[in-house]
Amino acid sequence: MSAKFDYVLRFGDNALVLGQRLAEWLGHAPVLEEDIASANISLDLVGQARLWLTLAGKLEGKGRDEDQLAYHRDQHQYRNFTLLELPNGDYAFTIVRRFLFDVWHCLCLEALSRSKDADIAAIAVKSKKEADYHRRHSGDWLVRLGEGTDESNLRAQAALDAQWRYTAEFFEPDAVDRAVEASGEGFDAASLRDRWLQEVSAALAEAALKLPAMEKYVSRGKEGRHSEHLSYLLAEMQVLQRAHPNATW
Amino acid sequence: MSEAEKPGGTGGGTPPVQEWPLWEVFIRSKQGLDHKHCGSLHATDAKQAIQMARDVYTRRNEGVSIWVVPSAAITASDPGDRESFVDPMADKIFRHPTFYDLPDELKHM
Repeated sequence: MSAKFDYVLRFGDNALVLGQRLAEWLGHAPVLEEDIASANISLDLVGQARLWLTLAGKLEGKGRDEDQLAYHRDQHQYRNFTLLELPNGDYAFTIVRRFLFDVWHCLCLEALSRSKDADIAAIAVKSKKEADYHRRHSGDWLVRLGEGTDESNLRAQAALDAQWRYTAEFFEPDAVDRAVEASGEGFDAASLRDRWLQEVSAALAEAALKLPAMEKYVSRGKEGRHSEHLSYLLAEMQVLQRAHPNATW
Repeated sequence: MSEAEKPGGTGGGTPPVQEWPLWEVFIRSKQGLDHKHCGSLHATDAKQAIQMARDVYTRRNEGVSIWVVPSAAITASDPGDRESFVDPMADKIFRHPTFYDLPDELKHM
């Protein structure tokens, strides 16, 4: 299996899994306006996932399309960051997760827009505009929660403390990252760490939230080693296509 | 947040509210046209109201520019005044430019 196929799957799966998690807020968000915003962002991400997965299918060359890749792969074949599959928790957990990812996502898409692979670069450029808005939205809420009431600050801090350990994965290059970077089609995962930390630290300071300490633990979702939560997410997302393969409407 | 950003802010301190203040949303669909009222939403302040208006009212590419105005800042005419306020205009057809014959070549009038 080519490294590039695996590499592209990662971006598709990140977008798809986070998009699915956000869709779970439909009808449940704290206020109507946020319900619509969550749905918008979810749909942006699912749209991005379609582009990435279609490209992955093309790179693989076995005739698999976006739907087959989304609905007919099992948990160990998914390549998303572990952070993104964790259950939504409360709204603070959802926002903090989004923010940590959104900052990384913007940097990642900016780097990918310089890829030598024209398809990768094109998807990155298109997605970046959406990601910029997502980051603005989650960044704004992060400050509101951190600076809001004692309760909202407490919840945002708890979410941050619980999720921080899963961010190390963003910056730990593995064989796939290195192979695609070497061909000029990817980027150095570790190189994003400083700018990410700088942007996140600045936002946390503004939100009166404390930066947690880095741990040695590194999650391995992008290599297909997931938490127990992903299989439940996939079960719900894939049930229709698994029960009625190739069903359309 | 400055007082100016608070809807209905009068500088007299805001009493605790259960619900977020209401905002009226105006969208300009393209350059050169007026902003048109398109609905309302709840938000804690002006910045958030703009952001939410973007998500609630411009999802289908409806606009190039958004205004939000605190609903409390709008003074409306009283429907009870209709008799003296609006009705007298109904029978004054001479106020409408309907008595001109336009040549056929003239379009878009």
